[in-house]
Amino acid sequence: MSNTITFSIDGKEIECKAGRTILDAAEENGIYIPRLCHRKGVSPHGSCRVCTVIANGKPMAACTTPVTPGMVVENDAEEVTAMRKAIIEMLFVEGNHFCMFCEKSGNCELQALAYRFGIAAPRYPYLFPHREIDFGHPDVFIDHNRCILCARCIRTSREIDGKEVLGFVERGPRKKVAANAEHGLRETEIAVGDEAMAACPVGALMPKHVGYQVPIGKREFDHEPIGSDIEKEAKASTK
Amino acid sequence: MNLAERSFITKLCQSCGKDPHRLMDIIIGVQGAYARVSGDAMNLIAAELGLPRVDVESAVSFYQFLSKEQKGHVRIRLCDDIIDRMYGFDRILKAFSEELGIGLNQTTPDGKFTFETTACIGMCDQAPAALMNNVVVTNLNSDSVHDLVESLRKNLNPEQLVKKTGNGNNSHPLVRAMVQNNIRRRGPVIFQDFTPGEALRKGLAMSPMEVIRSVKTARLRGRGGAGFPTGMKWEFTRAAAGDRKFIMCNADEGEPGTFKDRVILTEKPNLIFEGMTLAGYAIGAGEGILYLRGEYTYLLDFLNETLKERRASGLLGKSILGKDGFDFDIRIQLGAGAYICGEETALISSCEGLRGDPKNRPPFPAQKGYLGYPTVVNNVETFCCVSRIIEHGAGWFAEHGTKGSSGTKLLSVSGDCRMPGVYEVPFGISIHELLEMVGADDTYAVQIGGPSGQLIGRADFQRTICFDDLATGGAVMIFDEDRDVLEIVQAFMDFFVHESCGYCTPCRVGNVLLKKKLEEIRAGKGEPSDLEYLKSLGETIKATSRCGLGQTSPNPILTSMAHFPDAYLKLLHEDKQGYQPTFDLDEAVATAARIAGHGRVHHED
Repeated sequence: MSNTITFSIDGKEIECKAGRTILDAAEENGIYIPRLCHRKGVSPHGSCRVCTVIANGKPMAACTTPVTPGMVVENDAEEVTAMRKAIIEMLFVEGNHFCMFCEKSGNCELQALAYRFGIAAPRYPYLFPHREIDFGHPDVFIDHNRCILCARCIRTSREIDGKEVLGFVERGPRKKVAANAEHGLRETEIAVGDEAMAACPVGALMPKHVGYQVPIGKREFDHEPIGSDIEKEAKASTK
Repeated sequence: MNLAERSFITKLCQSCGKDPHRLMDIIIGVQGAYARVSGDAMNLIAAELGLPRVDVESAVSFYQFLSKEQKGHVRIRLCDDIIDRMYGFDRILKAFSEELGIGLNQTTPDGKFTFETTACIGMCDQAPAALMNNVVVTNLNSDSVHDLVESLRKNLNPEQLVKKTGNGNNSHPLVRAMVQNNIRRRGPVIFQDFTPGEALRKGLAMSPMEVIRSVKTARLRGRGGAGFPTGMKWEFTRAAAGDRKFIMCNADEGEPGTFKDRVILTEKPNLIFEGMTLAGYAIGAGEGILYLRGEYTYLLDFLNETLKERRASGLLGKSILGKDGFDFDIRIQLGAGAYICGEETALISSCEGLRGDPKNRPPFPAQKGYLGYPTVVNNVETFCCVSRIIEHGAGWFAEHGTKGSSGTKLLSVSGDCRMPGVYEVPFGISIHELLEMVGADDTYAVQIGGPSGQLIGRADFQRTICFDDLATGGAVMIFDEDRDVLEIVQAFMDFFVHESCGYCTPCRVGNVLLKKKLEEIRAGKGEPSDLEYLKSLGETIKATSRCGLGQTSPNPILTSMAHFPDAYLKLLHEDKQGYQPTFDLDEAVATAARIAGHGRVHHED
């Protein structure tokens, strides 16, 4: 029995190993599927829904859906793009995101996705929620205003750092990341060198004392849209 | 935390074998005893179970009935759904508030009372209703509130409020509820007499595969609303590899306007348990769990007693009815106020001691369910149908209903009609026929299947209830002409925002946006382009949400826009001055005007 599956993305025939998710299989073949809550090396979450594709006619999250033989996936399609834009805009209005003075600007995946999709301003009204900042830890802070509830910090901390410093509390629109302690981060074992710190796609879980140190022009997404690295690898390998 | 509480919690954890998967039982127990699960209690539970504290807090903060803050001795939770709102919710809320001297979500300074609202408690046919701790109080009116509170002040014991118990098993000593069954029509399947063991005896004379075949031949489809073929689900689960397998009964009846499972649980628990046992035999499962919504806690002792009787009669336990090798038992898992737990994978999460987040699919529960083992999750009514199919035969069952939808369906009927209650009708009945049956003469709109279903108008009353036309879990809410369609829709959107688990973006954020836009339109600030906004946003939420909640939550708006466009159009208008109607010039410059020391700068002509 062959362990290889053939399927298609936007009409392009692709081969991948059995058991791969659509997102991983696409990436291995140089096709970037936009994502926010997904992070390599930790278990998929399927919460942001930015990676929504149409698989065999149905909208599915590419990060949690395994490829099946002959599957027909639409990624670069008008309908898919419209859904992704709507979701990115929802994330912008849900929190308090002020890119112009955020220290994550230029390195922020949410902002980078907005640029990639050409979103100048969200169509939805800002919700301007009242959210708190946990600034009690000497080296690390959480600004809940910028949190998009992707769980990348929670999963990375547990699965990579081997720590149990964070989790989700509450539900619905009140859901938030919480420290594994009564009084916030300062009572946890989080450390500035934790992999979880690098996992935050936005400016929510941040190291102190190093803000704005990278000059404009040298930040991660200053020159090329997010996802370019994945797409470039494909071009290089086909040459 | 004092020593007594510490020892109570330690013992409770021990009695659950310090099993983190039993977290729900532990935190429900602590809440019941101390009217809160404090931070210290969380620390202790976490230490006892070997969990991170934040995971305990995660669960406590997820479920509506659990709280970190101290609640009063008596927690009064007024049922807030559209039917209650139609029958005096506002007046009763005001009466309670005045009588208690506190507002919503407050506790009296003496610590005696907490006053809250809660989502539908499954009493729409005897609304307005409330929960006083676990005691159900029905048919409230603003005059009776004074007496209720007076009586509670004396003894802080809500059970004493039950002066007259309801009919049937509502009067059973272990139930003692003022709840009425209101069974208006008994069909051949659910509400006929049943002798415990009757179906099981026949089932155990068959092979497990023959049992599955019977369920398939009967063409039984799931009664929760989605209508998945039950036999096929069982076949998948039977075929899946697993050292253990589980049967779960979904009695988390949370869809507003649905209450038929409450009546089955009260009157026909043996029919349910027998169906679960047959399912266990068919797929090779040894354990069953019935997930009972927290709102129905008043039925818990009665149901446990029924299980005990079944064990004593050899209908549960080892070598059931003498059949060597067939061991099966059932336990009841209480919920704690979360509609989402009616979603089968969220229900599994909750049983595992987690917050009620749905799980990613695939894998489906048939492959990996409870604790990762193959699991069948079926509705209360579905298990009852199974018992009857085995008792009377697949052919007998399939004679009822239609070709695509065999058997009968229980409907929970409420709203503007003379005879609200539970009706067992054959599939294929038209809305016209149903309305006549329930005494609804002047119906303008019918909500089929609860908020996640659809709102239909007169043009659709010839349509029929079945899986191929109007599929429903059973809720039928009836509205006369003088009801405000958008008020109904608003109540449903409030509900979905309240009940979203918050896991995925479109459901967590999108429903808030839908709700806000609806509020604007109802406040007269809508413009014609809002219709396209609602439609497009609603379709996006449906398409991209992770589970059934988000995939159906825009339905109240989308179906009311389709069937009652005038309800929207009459409120929408282009602003004469070319502003967006949502823009309020006075409000926008109010701060500046105040600073500059003058009043309103903008004046209408």
